Formats: sequence, C-alpha cells, structure tokens
Amino acid sequence: MSVSDHTPKRPSGFWSYANPVKFLGFSQRILPTLWVLSAICLVVGLIWGFFFTPDDFRQGSTVKIIYLHVPSALMAINAWFMMLVASLIWLIRRHHVSALAAKAAAPVGVVMTLIALFTGAVWGEPMWGTWWAWDPRLTSFLILFLFYLGYIALWSAIEDPDTAADLTSVLCLVGSVFAVLSRYAVNFWNQGLHQGASLSLDKEENVADVFYFPLLVCIAGFVLLFFALVLYRTGTEIRLRRTRALQAREVRA
Amino acid sequence: MKALLKRDLMLAFRAGGGFGLGLAFFLIVTVLVPFGVGPNSDLLSRIAPGILWLGALLACLLSLDRLLALDWEDGTLDLLATSPLPLEAGLSIKALAHWISTGLPLVLAAPVLGILLNLPTPGYGWLVLSLLLGTPALSVIGTFGAALTVGVKRGGLLMSLLVLPLYVPTLIFGAEAARRGATGMDATTPLLMLAGITAGVIAIMPFASAAALRVNLR
Repeated sequence: MSVSDHTPKRPSGFWSYANPVKFLGFSQRILPTLWVLSAICLVVGLIWGFFFTPDDFRQGSTVKIIYLHVPSALMAINAWFMMLVASLIWLIRRHHVSALAAKAAAPVGVVMTLIALFTGAVWGEPMWGTWWAWDPRLTSFLILFLFYLGYIALWSAIEDPDTAADLTSVLCLVGSVFAVLSRYAVNFWNQGLHQGASLSLDKEENVADVFYFPLLVCIAGFVLLFFALVLYRTGTEIRLRRTRALQAREVRA
Repeated sequence: MKALLKRDLMLAFRAGGGFGLGLAFFLIVTVLVPFGVGPNSDLLSRIAPGILWLGALLACLLSLDRLLALDWEDGTLDLLATSPLPLEAGLSIKALAHWISTGLPLVLAAPVLGILLNLPTPGYGWLVLSLLLGTPALSVIGTFGAALTVGVKRGGLLMSLLVLPLYVPTLIFGAEAARRGATGMDATTPLLMLAGITAGVIAIMPFASAAALRVNLR
C-alpha cells in the first residue's frame, strides 16, 4: 500500500476514511451494531411478512415471497451502482479502500442477483405457470448476473492488484453503460409478463399498506446486511493486502 | 495511420490469419444448426436471421483473440503506445482492420449462408444491411475486450465472458431488424437503433480501450 502522503495537513471529513487504518478502525466499531440491526430488521420483517399479513386475494400465500424477492432485486442493482461509484473514486482519487470495497461488493451483488432470480422463478412458477420467461426484467437481471460474473472473473485473473483495480474499474464503467443500454434494448425486444413495480415514489403504484410496511422493514434489513457484508469483506481485503505486503518484504529481506 | 492499417490488413490476409478462419467458422456454425434443430424448412426460415446474426457474432468473437495478443507478444503495442499517434486512434485503426478482415467478409458471406437456412427472399437485403451496420460495433467492442485481457495468459475464455454481455444490445437490434425484414415488417426502427449504437460505440469505446491498454502496458 503506497504511503505517499507528503502533505502535512491531515485529510478530514469523508475522505479521511480513505486511510485504511482509519477505515478499519471505524468499520470495526460500527460493524457489530450493523450486524445486530440488520438481523433485527430481517427477523422482524420476515416474521411479520410471513405470518402476520393476510394472503393476497389473487395470488394467495405465494405473494409472501415478495419479502425476499423485492429487497434482493433492489440490492442487486444498488450493489452494482455502489461498485460504479467506488470505481470512479478509485480512478479519480486513487484511494485503495475504494477499489477494495468495489471488489468486496461484487460477490455480495452476485448473490443478491441469484436470490432475486431464484425467488422470481419460484414465484413465477405458480403465477405464470413457468419457471422462466424471456421477459424484459428477467432478461436484464440475467444479463446483470453475467456482468457480475465477468467483473469477478477479471479481478481473479490479474495478479497485480493495482492493475486489476484499474481494469475492473474501467470494465465497471463500460459495463454500466451497456447494462443500461441492454435494459432498454430488452424492453424493445419483448414485452413481458412481469407485474409493474411494487414500490415507487408514486404512491398509487405501491402494493397495499399491509404488505408495504413489512416490506420496508425487510428492505432496511437487506440494506443493512449489505453494508455490513461489504464493510466486513473490505476489511478482509485490506488485511489480505497487508499480508501480501509483509510477505513481499520478507522475501526481499 | 495508413501504414498501420495496411500492415494489419496484410498480416490478417497473408499470415494464415483470422481472415479465412472466421468465414469457415461462420459456415460451420450455419451448417450445424439444421443438424441441431432438424431439417424442417419452415422452422429454419423462421430462425435464419437470428442464427446468421449469432454465427457472425461468434465468428467475430473468435478472431478477437489475435487482435492484440500477437502485437503484445512481439512488442509492437509498446511501439504503438509510444508513437506520436494517439493510442485511441491506433486502436480505432486496429478495430477497422479487424472489421475489414473479419466483419466485411462475414457480411458478404451471410446471403450465401442464408440460402442454406432457407431465409425468406425479402430478408436478404435487410440481413446484409443490418450486418453492415452492426458488425463495426462488434469489432470496436471486441477491441475493448482484447485490450482488457491482453495481459492475462490464455485470456481468450475470459474475454468471451467479458465481451458477450456487451454484445447484447447490438445483437438484439441487429437480429430484430433482420427478422422484421424477413417477415415483411417495418425494420426501420431497430435499424436506426443499431446505427445509433454503432455510432456511439465508435465514438466512445476507443477511449475505454486505450485506457485499458495503457494500464496493461504500464
């Protein structure tokens, strides 16, 4: 890790967390709280959703998979967005923690995508009579999944960590543009089965209130879980890099 | 720039390069499809535009491996990077050479292979037009994939994984235009979309490719 901080003035505010030591200290302190909060939200939200909401009059009890499906789909997209922001920060300001955070977020994102795809299939089977349809939303998610796979594969294929961080960041930028393009291309290609958005800022479109509040709690739980996992994994990546640096020093000595 | 283009083209055509291979691959894929889906000519003519587009795309992908790898090994890329020509321009030229040696022959061969797949008569013009508009995008996006993975040993498989998702919009609009043309529907909208993607990609992707290649050459 390069320690090329020759400016005497100490960085302050948000950017000071670009210092790995400070980042580790901070994330260690808030991680336990995050774990506990996300566990509480998930337990409360899921139990509330599964056992204390009525069945939907059309979809019956299958509607309850919404408590896993919607939050995971939301996080799958937001994880990629977070990687995009982290990649930009790495490319512009060269903060190592940022690149490592992007690396750490990718496997979490891919798992969220898988959960969304899987719960969607389980939900789709009784509702649409098929596990899979080439519907725009489903297809874009599959493409997002492929983007995640490519991103992770590129990280693991390159040995030098700085080169890998640079290349994956460029891939993430280009991939984001193409992910959006594909989203609209797929829309053009096939009009689908998927129901409209379950949540939006436009209140008219939202699901009914009975489902809405437990869903919000579940989403909060997923968001907190995502932050906890990413902070934890970023810490691991920082330690791994330190170990590498120490080993390299020993070899040289 | 001209010299670079000439050099790349000569290498592609003379040195047993990807020129013939891409075409042969395209032929093989097209011939294999009826074995896979059966010789029913109605079915074949329905899927012909999509299959031809997919075949052209795969043939293009196949030759990307050679686009930068050989120049990387013998140090030509280092020379290119240190030459007065901007790297972005150099890579655009290489993409152009790739298109002339791979994409253009595919476009010209597609109608012949269309006969094998029983492509409906009105479809030929649209197929050629859509390929003509779409294959440059394939070359330019492929150059980016090649630039990303040029430092990776045996990066061919990795490159496919990276490049194929990027091909999705091009494939959708290209195949859609060919399909609509073949069934007698209006194909202008997907064609315009395809042209838009190609133009955008040509304008922007060389910068991404050059950035990736600079990292790899560092």
